[in-house]
Amino acid sequence: MALFGKLFSKEDKKNLDDGLKKTKENFFSRLGKAVAGKSKVDDEVLDNLEEVLISSDVGVQTTVKIIERIEERVSRDKYLGTDELNHILKEEIAALLAENNTEDLEGLSIDSDAKPYVILVVGVNGVGKTTTIGKLASQYKSLGKKVVLGAADTFRAAAVEQIMRWGERVDVPVIAKGMDTDPSAVAFDAVKYGVEQDADIVIIDTAGRLHTKVNLMNELSKIKRVVKKVIPEAPHEVLLVLDGSTGQNAVIQAREFTKATDVTALAVTKLDGTAKGGVIIGISDEFKIPVKYIGVGEKVTDLQFFNKMAFVDSLFEE
Amino acid sequence: MFDNLSLKIDKAIKNLKGQGSISEINVASTVKEIRRALVDADVNFKVAKDVTDEIRQKALGQNVLTAVSPGQLLTKITNDELTRLMGGQNEDIKLTGSPAVVLISGLQGSGKTTFSGKFARYLKSQGKQVMLAACDIYRPAAIDQLKVIGEQVGVEVYAEPENKDAVKIAKAAVKAAKDQGKSVLIIDTAGRLAVDEEMMNEIANLKKTLNPSETLFVVDSMTGQDAVNTAKTFNERLDFDGVVLTKLDGDTRGGAALSIRQVVDKPIKFISTGEKMDALERFHPDRMANRILGMGDVVSLVERAQQAYDEEEARILSKKIRKNQFDFNDFLSQLQQIKKMGNLKDLVGMIPGVGKMVKDMDIDDDSLKPIEAIIRSMTVGERESPEILNGSRKKRIATGSGTTVTEVNNLLKQFGDMKKMMKMMNKGGGKRALSAMNPFGR
Ligand SMILES: Nc1nc2c(ncn2[C@@H]2O[C@H](COP(=O)(O)OP(=O)(O)OP(=O)(O)O)[C@@H](O)[C@H]2O)c(=O)[nH]1
Ligand SMILES: Nc1nc2c(ncn2[C@@H]2O[C@H](COP(=O)(O)OP(=O)(O)O)[C@@H](O)[C@H]2O)c(=O)[nH]1
Ligand SMILES: [Mg+2]
Ligand SMILES: [Mg+2]
Repeated sequence: MALFGKLFSKEDKKNLDDGLKKTKENFFSRLGKAVAGKSKVDDEVLDNLEEVLISSDVGVQTTVKIIERIEERVSRDKYLGTDELNHILKEEIAALLAENNTEDLEGLSIDSDAKPYVILVVGVNGVGKTTTIGKLASQYKSLGKKVVLGAADTFRAAAVEQIMRWGERVDVPVIAKGMDTDPSAVAFDAVKYGVEQDADIVIIDTAGRLHTKVNLMNELSKIKRVVKKVIPEAPHEVLLVLDGSTGQNAVIQAREFTKATDVTALAVTKLDGTAKGGVIIGISDEFKIPVKYIGVGEKVTDLQFFNKMAFVDSLFEE
Repeated sequence: MFDNLSLKIDKAIKNLKGQGSISEINVASTVKEIRRALVDADVNFKVAKDVTDEIRQKALGQNVLTAVSPGQLLTKITNDELTRLMGGQNEDIKLTGSPAVVLISGLQGSGKTTFSGKFARYLKSQGKQVMLAACDIYRPAAIDQLKVIGEQVGVEVYAEPENKDAVKIAKAAVKAAKDQGKSVLIIDTAGRLAVDEEMMNEIANLKKTLNPSETLFVVDSMTGQDAVNTAKTFNERLDFDGVVLTKLDGDTRGGAALSIRQVVDKPIKFISTGEKMDALERFHPDRMANRILGMGDVVSLVERAQQAYDEEEARILSKKIRKNQFDFNDFLSQLQQIKKMGNLKDLVGMIPGVGKMVKDMDIDDDSLKPIEAIIRSMTVGERESPEILNGSRKKRIATGSGTTVTEVNNLLKQFGDMKKMMKMMNKGGGKRALSAMNPFGR
């Protein structure tokens, strides 16, 4: 299974398998029920399939799309056995994801021309931005890269302390100016420090904000502008972090954060829970932004690459 | 202007004819539409199905008012039902014991620590002596976060940064609170997944050891379909007393509220609407129902129609239309009814999908005035039999109403067309053209 880049060891792979197992088993036990005792895919099966997809947060629109595709297949191929259902379902969802023409990540992608490679991390409150940054810093560091973190969440209580702890844990420098300081100034300093120190990567943490708050969204745009004063091409990546247990609001989050900051990549967290992560399919279907990482726990190693074929595989593999 | 008016009347006729009450047939597509709205709002698939099935049963046979479609009425019934399901037994927070212990639980990042601070502030403003206990020993800087928040609200925080046993810290906090004569102790805990056996054991132990007078489950209002699993497991392990919904200052529809309520049947006690310490509110089931259903406009349209509705009048009108005896007297009383319901543009705008269309259109209540004036300038006899209107009568009416003969003629023509259409519909034709007007009939 090509779900993981070269970066991660076998044990790491097991972590994800464990993390996804719950998702998988759940999906299959219900899909099993959907086809139990049926010799072909009939309306009832499609109805049940609809339920399986909807309860995985795939969303009505995308679910209807998938169902329609399968209905088409059923009417085209006439007699469809239940054995074939898994296969076809997988194919159709993969096709939906493939329409986005986005490349899956093979390894940590830093453009070696961009030095330092600047990543701005954004998202709504409590989704796991800081944790994801800690994990990323650790991964890059273990690749021998020089990492700098910017503590630009100057709003949430003890947010600076939180990222400082991660800095200590991972042993990378954290640039901070304290609480209630201008986040753009922190971002500026962090990137500048990265340039001076010849760092490979600068990752900037930001305060969680709901996309409905215009001022706060403008603040993000400002951070981006200020970073450009140091490196015109920066930020090279704007990473939007989504909570895997979020429902349809995640789609709006993707849309609005993209509007404000031109999001270039997604990370989906907390997939170690019972949430199905079907929101990934819905979002991949609508936006052309690749899902790069998934969070499967709170430990430093609980970050994995997202690979859409492998993701679909891992849902439908038996 | 006439188009809109005839649309109104058409609707009235349509509702009286064949759809005078909610039947299996006219309800099916609306139920589907409502179910979709609920699922789009993140109400759990099964819960949405159960709720709409129940609503369908309740709605069957109910009379439909002239001014609204069965679909609109059903939407209102749904709204009322959601309000009922999420309301009731809204008990206050129980605070017994000295100190009274409040245990806070929930997933990672749901808003527990922030709520703990807000709740401490809230209780303090009621004159209570409050203490906070930092029992999240896992997340980096979780203790610092609570300390900062405690300082913001002026409430002491009990913490043991070196201690790696949440239960022991909590026990010590109870003792400290007791020694200092505090009346309430709020225990902030680490976020945990329902499937994390070890962590669930920890919080179950906290509950067992502390015997809190109130245990609260804090949940992010943006949560999707998984809300039911989490709520169920936490409830099985903790038998919590109430739910706190957070981050409602965003634009999530918040269907998780209904799902959780249906699955664990525990009251939602507070909502959190911001990051600042004063953004805490009591829960209002009617507002939440409106938010989840996302059809507040339809609901208030039906409410207004219900207030203005005169059943007897509607019955007579229906009969007249059937016998093709609808005349200007009836027209006038229909106008009155529309006026009673309020601003015409508002009313038209409330029809889903139409709102945007009429936003820039010029329909104010004044547009009905000339029509009304013309009809009022007619004698009762003329209203009953407009065919007797000759040139001199028309001239008199135009003068009396401050309009022109052309305007009078226009109205007469529109009225004639309308009657023709009614006749056609009585014969069973015109159904297709009308169904296109039903905003729910897709
Ligand atoms: N906009 C908004 N943000 C909120 C609300 N409640 C909490 N937050 C934010 O959500 C994030 C997480 O809140 P916390 O209180 O730290 O959540 P927690 O459950 O204690 O998180 P962990 O301890 O990490 O599991 C923070 O950024 C808070 O500022 C709310 O009602 N509205
Ligand atoms: N189980 C689990 N918890 C996570 C994951 N990512 C983050 N968290 C937790 O979610 C909470 C919020 O994370 P944080 O990084 O502070 O979010 P931020 O507010 O977006 O910076 C913390 O308790 C994290 O430990 C994940 O992948 N799985
Ligand atoms: Mg953070
Ligand atoms: Mg906390």
